Amino acid sequence: MVEPIIQLDRISKKYDQQYAVNELTLSIEKGEIFGLLGPNGAGKSTTILMMLGLSEPTSGSVKVCGMNSTTNPLAVKKRVGYLPDDLGFYEHMTGYENLLFTASLNAIPRTIAEERARDLLAKVGLKESGDKKAGKYSRGMRQRLGLADVLMKNPEVIILDEPTLGIDPEGVRELLALIKRLNREEGITVLLSSHQLHQVQQICDRVGIFVKGKLLAEGNVEGLAKQLFLEDSFVIYAKANPVDNKLNEQLQDIDGVNRVVETDEQLEIYAETDISSAVARTVVEAGSDLYYIRKKNYGLDEIYHRYFEGSGADGKASSA
Amino acid sequence: MVKLQALKKWIPDISLDMRSNNNDNLQAFKALVRKEFTDYITSWRIIIMLALIVLTCVGSLYTAITSIQDAIDTNEDAKEIAKSSFLFLKLFTISDGTLPSFITFVSFLGPLLGIALGFDAINSERNKGTLSRLISQPIPRDYVLNAKFTAALLINTVLFVALGFMVMALGILILGIPPTGEEFLRILCFLVLCIAYIAFWLNLGILFSVRFKQPATSALAAIAIWIFFNIFYQMIVELLSKSILNPESIASTADAISRQGIVLNLMRLSPNYLFTESTTTLLSPSVRSLGPLTVEQTTGAIAGPLPLSQSLMLIWPQLTGLIAATLICFAISYLLFMRQEIRSK
Repeated sequence: MVEPIIQLDRISKKYDQQYAVNELTLSIEKGEIFGLLGPNGAGKSTTILMMLGLSEPTSGSVKVCGMNSTTNPLAVKKRVGYLPDDLGFYEHMTGYENLLFTASLNAIPRTIAEERARDLLAKVGLKESGDKKAGKYSRGMRQRLGLADVLMKNPEVIILDEPTLGIDPEGVRELLALIKRLNREEGITVLLSSHQLHQVQQICDRVGIFVKGKLLAEGNVEGLAKQLFLEDSFVIYAKANPVDNKLNEQLQDIDGVNRVVETDEQLEIYAETDISSAVARTVVEAGSDLYYIRKKNYGLDEIYHRYFEGSGADGKASSA
Repeated sequence: MVKLQALKKWIPDISLDMRSNNNDNLQAFKALVRKEFTDYITSWRIIIMLALIVLTCVGSLYTAITSIQDAIDTNEDAKEIAKSSFLFLKLFTISDGTLPSFITFVSFLGPLLGIALGFDAINSERNKGTLSRLISQPIPRDYVLNAKFTAALLINTVLFVALGFMVMALGILILGIPPTGEEFLRILCFLVLCIAYIAFWLNLGILFSVRFKQPATSALAAIAIWIFFNIFYQMIVELLSKSILNPESIASTADAISRQGIVLNLMRLSPNYLFTESTTTLLSPSVRSLGPLTVEQTTGAIAGPLPLSQSLMLIWPQLTGLIAATLICFAISYLLFMRQEIRSK
């Protein structure tokens, strides 16, 4: 079996008697896109700092690319690109010059660096703005320049801390597509942290939900949904007219339906399997008009919400 | 035997790897210094400071030259006398009263230059968010601090060497008296002293830039210390010396001398005082002692200039004191910086 490219083994970080990260164990395989999700202050950034050796874990060990980040940070930083959440550039230098400066810190020969910088600027869509001063860049452009900056050293892994923060929806779409492309075409492993679930959901192979320094769950989005909503994996909304008790009973009798709730606007049918076609047939055969039928998808939002509810309750229970 | 061979196989690899690593690191360090240096010489703040220093120095040089020239013109033998009495050094110390002399200007504006070079070294990078980008590159963290210091010191050295040589050149051109070998060496020593003195203020600025998050706070703190030592410290010591040197409480000559020594040592806690003492000794060879001399000590002494080696001996403690203060500031900022956790903003 191939060794995971990032391996966290029971790491903790304590700040003044409080755990920012608590016994976190996580491994990320080469070539995947992993999303670290959690609310603000969950310890995502602290975890990332520890992966880069910029902060020392109180206990536990961090291995990135097979090397210990705490004792050998330079070797790790050679292979890992890090995009901080609020990154800055030297504003009096152009975007291109900023990239060249990064290259010189990585001891990349000048001629290679110049070529690579032009390539990367074109790749992130800043070909025309490359010679503009970085101080004049918009937020979205800065973020794209940041991505180019991270790629200058030809990394095996890129770690992006809140890459989509403060960018307009179109910019987010472009940025995520770019990240996905890098991952597919160049085999770069991506770890990104975010609290914006919808966006991350689109590109992540796996996600980990991180709350109050603890990893509550990890897996792909569907797997998490299954894990959480075992009973009512599917919810179907339907609007029919008229709705009477007979129809209600008939719906209840469909295989796999757990319960049917009638609200003012619609019927909500909770089921274990996808039975939307059966519902449609039943309504029509019962002689009612079917206005619409809609299947609810469990997204990260629901998953996230469920976990927060859970963790909130736990917190209350333990403090009581 | 097998083990040994296995070892041998490894050793060249390791040393090669280390060499290439060191080479990479050196390159990265050079790149950092180059960038800092460019930033300094293109920033308005430093350009203004440099212009101010150059202008005031030229002004003081002008007054010095006119007053020396008047003295030379009055007498034909003056030129010969001038050579033997270190007239050239007077370029730096003399003034006709309208403008302060060169060394007064340097001791006043030098610290300001040092502070201007250092006060936002680290915190501005932190506020711009470039610091976290810098330290996520494969360079040792202390390189950032070392490079800032090196670049600022380089600017400082270039400026003072250039300024010193310019003054000498103008002196030769206008006065027509070349400096003697000893005068030249004395001026070189004086320039080294200036650089060390400014390096102290530079490091104080860097220390505050590591400690305080806001550049304004660190600038104000550094300037406050500068004003304190420049103006108030002398007043405080004078106040104290009134009670220490009160004639009614002095019992003997020995007592008087030791009390005078206490006051002097109090003064020497100030870097400004150390600098003034050293520059006067270097540029006025007739200064024979920095402390009080009794009549017995001076009887039999032939009035005349000290040789350079003796002048240097006289200011050695001052010079080491200044360098020590510089190192202490740097060490504290180094420790603080290495322990700080750097987050993006």
